[in-house]
Amino acid sequence: MSGPHTWGVAECAQQLEAGAVSAVELAKHLLARAQADTHGAFLALNPEATLAQAAAADARRAAGERGALLGVPVAHKDVLVTRDWPSTAGSRMLANYQSPFDATVVRQLADAGMVNLGKLNCDEFAMGSGNEHSAFGPARNPWRPSHVPGGSSGGSAAAVAARLTPAATGTDTGGSIRQPASFCGITGIKPTYGRASRYGLIAYASSLDQAGVMARSAHDCALLLQAMCGPDPLHDATSLDVAVPNFAAELTQPLKGLRIGVPQEFFGDGLASDVRTALDQALAQLLALGAVRVDISLPRTELAIPVYYIIAPAEASSNLSRFDGVRYGHRASNVTDLADLYGRSRSEGLGAEVQRRILTGTYVLSHGYYDAYYLKAQQIRRLIAQDFQAAFEHCDVLFGAVAPSVAWALGEQDNDPVASYLADIYTLPASLAGLPAMSVPVGMGASGLPVGMQLMGNYLQESRLLALAHAYQQCTDWHTQSPGSQA
Amino acid sequence: MSAPLVQGFEVVIGFETHVQLATQSKIFSRASTAFGAEPNTQACAVDLALPGALPVMNQGAVACAIRFGLAVQAHIAPRSVFARKNYFYPDLPKGYQISQYEIPVVQGGAVAFDWNQAAHEVKLVRAHLEEDAGKSLHEDFAGMSGIDLNRAGTPLLEIVTEPDMRSSAEAVAYARELHRLVRWIGICDGNMQEGSFRCDANVSVRRPGQALGTRREIKNLNSFRFMQQAIDYEVRWQIEQIEDGHAIEQATVLFDPDTGETRAMRTKEDAADYRYFPDPDLPPLLVAPEWVERERAAMPELPRQRASRLQQQYDLPAHDAGLLTASAATADYFESAAQASGQAKLVSNWMMGELTRRLNAQELDITQSPVSAGQLAALVGRVADATISNNAAKQVFDVLWQQGGEVDQVIEANGLRQLNDSGALEAMVDEVLAANPDNVAQIRAGKDKAFNALVGQVMKRSQGKANPQQVADCLRAKLQ
Repeated sequence: MSGPHTWGVAECAQQLEAGAVSAVELAKHLLARAQADTHGAFLALNPEATLAQAAAADARRAAGERGALLGVPVAHKDVLVTRDWPSTAGSRMLANYQSPFDATVVRQLADAGMVNLGKLNCDEFAMGSGNEHSAFGPARNPWRPSHVPGGSSGGSAAAVAARLTPAATGTDTGGSIRQPASFCGITGIKPTYGRASRYGLIAYASSLDQAGVMARSAHDCALLLQAMCGPDPLHDATSLDVAVPNFAAELTQPLKGLRIGVPQEFFGDGLASDVRTALDQALAQLLALGAVRVDISLPRTELAIPVYYIIAPAEASSNLSRFDGVRYGHRASNVTDLADLYGRSRSEGLGAEVQRRILTGTYVLSHGYYDAYYLKAQQIRRLIAQDFQAAFEHCDVLFGAVAPSVAWALGEQDNDPVASYLADIYTLPASLAGLPAMSVPVGMGASGLPVGMQLMGNYLQESRLLALAHAYQQCTDWHTQSPGSQA
Repeated sequence: MSAPLVQGFEVVIGFETHVQLATQSKIFSRASTAFGAEPNTQACAVDLALPGALPVMNQGAVACAIRFGLAVQAHIAPRSVFARKNYFYPDLPKGYQISQYEIPVVQGGAVAFDWNQAAHEVKLVRAHLEEDAGKSLHEDFAGMSGIDLNRAGTPLLEIVTEPDMRSSAEAVAYARELHRLVRWIGICDGNMQEGSFRCDANVSVRRPGQALGTRREIKNLNSFRFMQQAIDYEVRWQIEQIEDGHAIEQATVLFDPDTGETRAMRTKEDAADYRYFPDPDLPPLLVAPEWVERERAAMPELPRQRASRLQQQYDLPAHDAGLLTASAATADYFESAAQASGQAKLVSNWMMGELTRRLNAQELDITQSPVSAGQLAALVGRVADATISNNAAKQVFDVLWQQGGEVDQVIEANGLRQLNDSGALEAMVDEVLAANPDNVAQIRAGKDKAFNALVGQVMKRSQGKANPQQVADCLRAKLQ
């Protein structure tokens, strides 16, 4: 396997700079692959718009402009709105919905010269962990198409793993970047909550939603993250007013003596043995790089599941109220009255998992239940965040699994939504605390499907995570493997 | 104070007033708040609740809330929280209204005003920031409802009183004072027709000494007259119900100005569960002490302070000072004219009389008056120095109102200068006395009417230019 689709972000930039390829040629090559894709990764292509962006990037380069992302292709998860592509959030409710504006992260990547290839499949409104809840069909795991790519950013993970794009955006509410990155053997990072603007990110759970990057290496992640992050005071009141460090320049910071905390709760009975084996080897590798192991405890790890599955649905039940069939989106026909318009538009437009979470969220916010559920969950959420702060007094980075197992077969969890909620246990704590976290491929499970390690850092310490992952990737090759190279 | 009873019942009233804040843009978006634009032309992605759009706080609306808090001596919360009030309605684009719920920005305070010739106050519970909804237009489309989202996201300050008021008259006096206050401090245009100032009245009745009765809430009262009518009707209705042995059921009611009656819109049973929770899109609203001090420094002299100053500084009756502080612009007009002319009481009389009458007749605001404070000052100056009579002054005022111009020029051009030559006046008086011996005889017999007739004769002979006071003095002297 060779050709421009095998290039990562940095390599694309080098080839463009060397004049070996133009942005238009690169885009055409990848568009052709996207059109032939069988993994259900893409939901929408608009070759005309893609090629216009590519031509613009070539013109900028011809005018003397340089940039690490200029002319490099990318693709966006469909919960990020785009002016020139439909934005469906994987929902029938928004089939063909056209946004009049670009999400801030989309615009910032475009400003940096990135060329958008199209929109990527995901679980409906980012609710799910297998990409099986997309109204437009599942995305498939390129390592084994009978298996899920993970979710909710399953299309993003599949597209990067299948070499349809060098990088993609994803969003992470409870693990939606890290878990599919792990399932598909790629590198993904969710920055600190508020690092990247949520403007244009179709809201699932506002206090948790965070856009991030999915790519082949920590280095590539650093390049995109650089352009995506930054304050957005005019559009997002929760975006952080802090300067963005030079992530790529900080990749090579020394790791000698870096304290890696290993939370015992991440290595309990629920962890599959093949995943544990891969993680043990990865940890040994990190220690060999000069890091020091510190055993710590995050005592409320298990509570993250009920807390998340109260807070996220509560926010979702309110966030998704705007999809009422009145102004845009799916509207039932032949309605008898207003209640019928609402009831049928929403029943027809929203899928089962979304409805399940809306009902759960409505329930926990209801009069008489609010204190026992929502308020209590918020209290425990603060305790979970405090546990992390206590842990970071003893270590610099936390290390653990991303998911208890490798990817499961499509349909395997259809009848048991709770089972898939439980599988989120390792990604939820960092989400609830708003901490940066990433997934880095560290091996293969017994069935030959990828395993990722999770690195979690303290607030705004993305650089440290990226540097550790980068050092690991300098002496391992898991991140360079692709489904094609193995077959 | 002792409350007036109605048929043996004590009336208990509390108010919730929605004050539309006079910001240029909406509370959470940058769309314009101007009234009267084509439907849906002043609604941006945030107001339309498009996917991915997020609210961002308009600092100007917060400044308005701070100013109000200062004006009513309330506690300005250093940290307050926006919540979501969830319900479905077509003119509520997000499916929830963003409003302060558990922790409002303005807490406590009181609105002070004169009531029954005494200082009085109505205590406030709170004032909180929230966004307005859009409008549903049910009449314009056959079989369908139109939605206009121009108003969606307009900033409101909801001002909530304690159940402190004991009569409809007191409630209206409170509402008038609040109306004056919010306009005075520049946070609301006060336009009640356009819905900038909307009152909801919570009304209940009880036998004196008993616990509070069940209240019914009269929604959206947008004129002071309707307010009084609606409350009076509601009080009578509730008393009738109780006397007939019926319990009052908590309800929201609407007042119909055509029938003068209130009728229930919804009862407690169909009250929605709004599922309030803190809005995760908006961090807590933090108001630093420095911000409060900045607003305090920029606050105008408040209406009651100004009234009392005007009373003392210009030696005016309390009644005048009250009327002259109906609005800050009225008080400015007065002070400007009073200082320029040195005739405060005359200016006050003219403003409360001729000026107010004319402004009301043409539905003009004092700021739109065709006669400026400077012109009025010049006019009263000419009355004070006896250049023109009061009657002539009214003619001059009319010319100024209709055509504008300079006071002295108008007096000359219309020949309105008063006859102040005592020799000429005396001659005219002598002529009139000689020509009316009968009247003179009657006056001597003690008939005052005849005296006035002679004054009239002299005025007529002078073509209105004589000073009536001088004429009277001269006549009296001659008749003695």
